[in-house]
Amino acid sequence: MNNDATSDDRSFIELRNLCVSFGSQTVLRDINLQVAKGETIAIIGESGCGKTVLMKTIIRLILPSTGEVFFDGQNLAKTNEKELTLQRMRFGFVFQAAALFDSMTIFQNVAFPLTQHRLQDKSEIKDLVLKRISQVGLPESVLDKKPAELSGGMRKRVGLARALAMEPEVILYDEPTTGLDPIMSDVINELILRTRAQQPVTSIVVTHDMRTARKVADRVVMLYPFSRLKGKENQIIFDGPPRAIDNAKDHRVTEFVNGEASSRLEEMAIAD
Amino acid sequence: MQAGAEQKTKGRTHPLGVMRWFADSGAVVIDWVTAVGGVSFFTIQTISWLISRLPRKETLLPNFYQVGVRSLPVVALTGTFIGMVLAVQSYAQFAHIGLQTRLGGVINMSLVTELGPVLAGTMLAGRVGSAMAAELGTMRVTEQIDALTSMGANPIHYLVVPRLLACLCLIPALTVVANFMGVIGGAFYSIFILDIDAFYYWHNSRSIVGLYDLFSGIFKSLFFGFAIAILGCYRGFHCDPGAEGVGRAATAAFVHAFVAIIVLDLFLGIFLIGLHKLIWPAGSHIF
Repeated sequence: MNNDATSDDRSFIELRNLCVSFGSQTVLRDINLQVAKGETIAIIGESGCGKTVLMKTIIRLILPSTGEVFFDGQNLAKTNEKELTLQRMRFGFVFQAAALFDSMTIFQNVAFPLTQHRLQDKSEIKDLVLKRISQVGLPESVLDKKPAELSGGMRKRVGLARALAMEPEVILYDEPTTGLDPIMSDVINELILRTRAQQPVTSIVVTHDMRTARKVADRVVMLYPFSRLKGKENQIIFDGPPRAIDNAKDHRVTEFVNGEASSRLEEMAIAD
Repeated sequence: MQAGAEQKTKGRTHPLGVMRWFADSGAVVIDWVTAVGGVSFFTIQTISWLISRLPRKETLLPNFYQVGVRSLPVVALTGTFIGMVLAVQSYAQFAHIGLQTRLGGVINMSLVTELGPVLAGTMLAGRVGSAMAAELGTMRVTEQIDALTSMGANPIHYLVVPRLLACLCLIPALTVVANFMGVIGGAFYSIFILDIDAFYYWHNSRSIVGLYDLFSGIFKSLFFGFAIAILGCYRGFHCDPGAEGVGRAATAAFVHAFVAIIVLDLFLGIFLIGLHKLIWPAGSHIF
């Protein structure tokens, strides 16, 4: 453990000079980011800018090439496997396509983290699963079904119930509303807000849906693809409250927020 | 920059061609060394998890069912037909010199030492190894392996160790089934269709095939099982994204396992014959 690391509520999660490369392809360069305890931040940016990679690097699903990831004062990029497992139990991860285990029932999926760590007996696990399933607004009848039998929105909610099972201190949402209809997207946004109201969690939401970012986040961070940066420019091109994003001076931010593709079309040389 | 280099060397294609040949050869060597290193590291990780903590019953049983019970019919069928094909192919030559009663020894010796284990292994590399690569590859692509890791479960302990144990225990058992069905198939065809005397058929089988021969086939199948599980799981874990990636992983798992089986068969065969000579220098059977 690094003794220089200091943990207070303002830097519950801290990324220092984080770089991630896959072979010769650099995805993230010199990312510095602090997330306070209890804060909900939205990481926005176009597809391929490294939002999901950034989030996966936090719990070391992807190992950073250089740089450090501190969580509650501990450098997760350098900790041993056993300690890392203990720290990962403090996180809940909601995957983009839910990532439910196909071979298991919904009950087994939600109960998985609980049975894996043998923290409760069978009846307690059943009660907890029922509680989580009702918390995300699903009926008990889904428990015996397999993930393939559920709709996209239901699978996302099961994914959220599974992430909540261990009562995590941090929840990482990877594009929680992508591929859902507007109503179901709003249901997921409400669930993110309610989860935060019910238990004190720190949340990182990766999204390119501005509605989600505006509704759930205290702070918005915008990432820009590394390959499009000029010189030593910072890859984080906006960091501030959601209301400030509309007045951002950087045209790349406003174009993203307003969904304007004119300059990109010029770059791509796509004629009218 | 590369385009510039090409322009510079325009008209002098020979040096560029040689350079490209060296670069391509180097890339192939690097790929091979990386793959061998990757498989070795994966094997060490799997063995260390196997030694440190056994998987739970609920993860073991479905894998034992998939590898053992679901493969039983196809392995039994393969074994039966290998035995009968051996009888069909050998009969004419043996009958020509009046040694058709020796057919039992030839069929059963070929079966238990070589054809039973190798063909059962090949069949299982296709059925079990490819299925493992496709299943784990799909889990990789759909982030299920990441989900396991994020919930504090080690994917090698949870996914690979049960599959390896199932292959190590059940592929030798399935080889015994293939051998048995091959013996039955060969005997059925020889005795009932080719009309060879049953007494001499079995008598010659018993005098030629020893327990060491039976043991050597089963011993080899243990290594085939290991190769099938490790290569199938490795390909699945390192699957490229998309449906094409999963398809390629399943195909590669079979091809690599098949190559591993025939290479292992050669070296284990040399080792087992050497061991036999070391224990019984006179060449006699102790069993």
